[in-house]
Amino acid sequence: MAVSSETLETVRSVTGGEYKYGFVTDIESDFAPRGLNEDIVRFISAKKEEPDWLLQWRLKAYRFWTGLEHEEPKWSKVQHPPIDFQDAYYYAAPKEAKDGPKSLDEVDPELLRTYEKLGIPLREQEVLAGVAVDAVFDSISVATTYKEKLAELGIVFCPFSEAVKEHPDLVQKYLGSVVPYSDNFYATLNSAVFSDGSFVYIPPGVRCPMELSTYFRINAANTGQFERTLIIADRDSYVSYLEGCTAPMRDENQLHAAVVELVTHDNAEIKYATIQNWYPGDKDGKGGIYNFVTKRGACRGRNSKISWTQVETGSAITWKYPSVILQGDNSIGEFYSVAVTNNYQQADTGTKMIHIGKNTKSRIISKGISAGHGQNTYRGLVRMLGKAEGARNYTQCDSLLIGDRCGAHTVPYIECKNRSAIVEHEATTSKISEDQLFYCRQRGLGEEDAVALVVNGFCREVLQQLPMEFAVEAQKLVGISLEGSVG
Amino acid sequence: MLEIKNLHASVDGKAILKGLDLSIGAGEVHALMGPNGSGKSTLAYVMTGRDGYRVTEGEIVYKGRDLLAMSPEERAGEGLFLAFQYPVEIPGVPNTTFLKESLNAVRKYRGEEVLDAMQFVKLARRRMKELGVSEDLLKRPLNVGFSGGEKKRNEVLQMAVLEPTLAVLDETDSGLDIDALKAVADGVNALRSPERSTLIITHYQRLLDYIVPDKVHVLAGGRIVRSGDKELARELEKTGYAAFTGEAA
Repeated sequence: MAVSSETLETVRSVTGGEYKYGFVTDIESDFAPRGLNEDIVRFISAKKEEPDWLLQWRLKAYRFWTGLEHEEPKWSKVQHPPIDFQDAYYYAAPKEAKDGPKSLDEVDPELLRTYEKLGIPLREQEVLAGVAVDAVFDSISVATTYKEKLAELGIVFCPFSEAVKEHPDLVQKYLGSVVPYSDNFYATLNSAVFSDGSFVYIPPGVRCPMELSTYFRINAANTGQFERTLIIADRDSYVSYLEGCTAPMRDENQLHAAVVELVTHDNAEIKYATIQNWYPGDKDGKGGIYNFVTKRGACRGRNSKISWTQVETGSAITWKYPSVILQGDNSIGEFYSVAVTNNYQQADTGTKMIHIGKNTKSRIISKGISAGHGQNTYRGLVRMLGKAEGARNYTQCDSLLIGDRCGAHTVPYIECKNRSAIVEHEATTSKISEDQLFYCRQRGLGEEDAVALVVNGFCREVLQQLPMEFAVEAQKLVGISLEGSVG
Repeated sequence: MLEIKNLHASVDGKAILKGLDLSIGAGEVHALMGPNGSGKSTLAYVMTGRDGYRVTEGEIVYKGRDLLAMSPEERAGEGLFLAFQYPVEIPGVPNTTFLKESLNAVRKYRGEEVLDAMQFVKLARRRMKELGVSEDLLKRPLNVGFSGGEKKRNEVLQMAVLEPTLAVLDETDSGLDIDALKAVADGVNALRSPERSTLIITHYQRLLDYIVPDKVHVLAGGRIVRSGDKELARELEKTGYAAFTGEAA
């Protein structure tokens, strides 16, 4: 499915780098013309046959974004050359029959083979694993498994674009309610040009009987991926959701600016796990994904809970702070994170826990691993507002260094406006020791296996939060991403 | 089994071993004794290939092969095992995971099939029972919060599971009370066989009451200055090392 450079040249020559309404269909992917302007936003919206309110929302975001020009966030520790937002494609869809696939049988077999290579055989998963997968390839959702089974329980799990058509009331009610279109540079950009993503709604009193899962992949060159995910857990409901991401190797840097919004009502719980393995660039730091993502959950209801778990091993740059707004009394927010930076990768990641309701609790466990020339920053905010009587937070930030050219940084912000609130922060920094590696090798483990074992031990508390089958996957991934970090 | 010839080794540019010769036959148990700083642990680390221990002269032939040309993990695969004087803590890694990974790494090296979780647990349980090690030890993170005795017993458990052909015990007796000492000795004795050789490094004769060696060597000044049978250990206990350090100088 890879788009050859000749094909791209064709696209360039056809579009002349300027907007000419229309798109090229005689290639493997449908592209919107390169660049970004109001017409592109209209194009994307039209392509998705969206209602006018959504187009207007996108345009509002786009106009706001143009006002923010050169206002990319500068406060993080990450460094990169300026991004030329006009030198990218904002919409790319694998070519499909016009009406889209009705079932897996109608999905392009080439595409299914690509997924198999990625280790997500949809067919097998449907039968064996009990995991419902929504697979997003570049910009559109390819297939959503298990949909019918979930529908019997009243659960909606579908591509975002489909939700816009079939559940417009829900989408309109919640879209932008946690991350407003004006939130930050990248979230605003996403609001203007988001292509697809997942939508989940769990009705009152329903416990989702299986893990819901989305697999994202950036395939086409020079394509930004702007997915938008919205998950709503109505009162007394529960859902566990997992997203995985990969991208093939490319010399250029590609932008990925997603937005995820979660909402829990009374007594509801959402567990959201990410295994992020976007292409990190080569060992000299060439290429790789810029992963600039805004993820936020709102515990609107009493006794509700949102738990983020992330394993970030990929991307040239990771910039994300999955956060929880603890509005409902007694609500709970959790953030469990493993971030690995090897070679020239940079990660600036952490969370924000905003305590508004009484007796709200939050727990932050962050494990940063730096190797090679990797730079790893934990940045977190714990804010206790005036009415957050009896609120509590516990934060633990551990950094592990491998080699002597990498860096680990911890930047916690704490704001406490309530006398009864308690905030705890613990942090450690350690180096992987030669003693540990030698001990493992004396017992027969190769050097890289030894590193993987020690690092997985370091991350155990976080990896344990993942569903079993993904925990095993994540362990392997952590090992693989540190290959070449010793010796 | 093991032939060490004229071994010279240095650490941080400082010569520690200065022409050590040692030969251990299959099925034999040798004890290496000597005062602090005589190079006992250095020998153990040179044999197992630790970074920073440089061999400047001499050779080690193990099972007919050049041991020094192998990586530490290859040596382990070839059946060389070191019971560490100070077993290393690895937080977050359950003891059982470590043991299983080790066993399967060694089995893979030998071209044997790796054990699945069930097969492994069965084997580990059997060995633990033989050694009188409590099962709870397997679940805890490797060596983290273990008492001195537990750490040493765990080394012996690893040895029993990995079934080495040459085991080096580096001061496995240090810091043990009499019960733990006996337990460790029982474990080592249970592994004695005509195919398996053992090198026991110790300060004291005490352990040798329980593990009777075929030969005893005295290491001083980086060389073996005297070899004998188990009586030599008793003699040392009475006279101390002073006479030998003089000899070496």
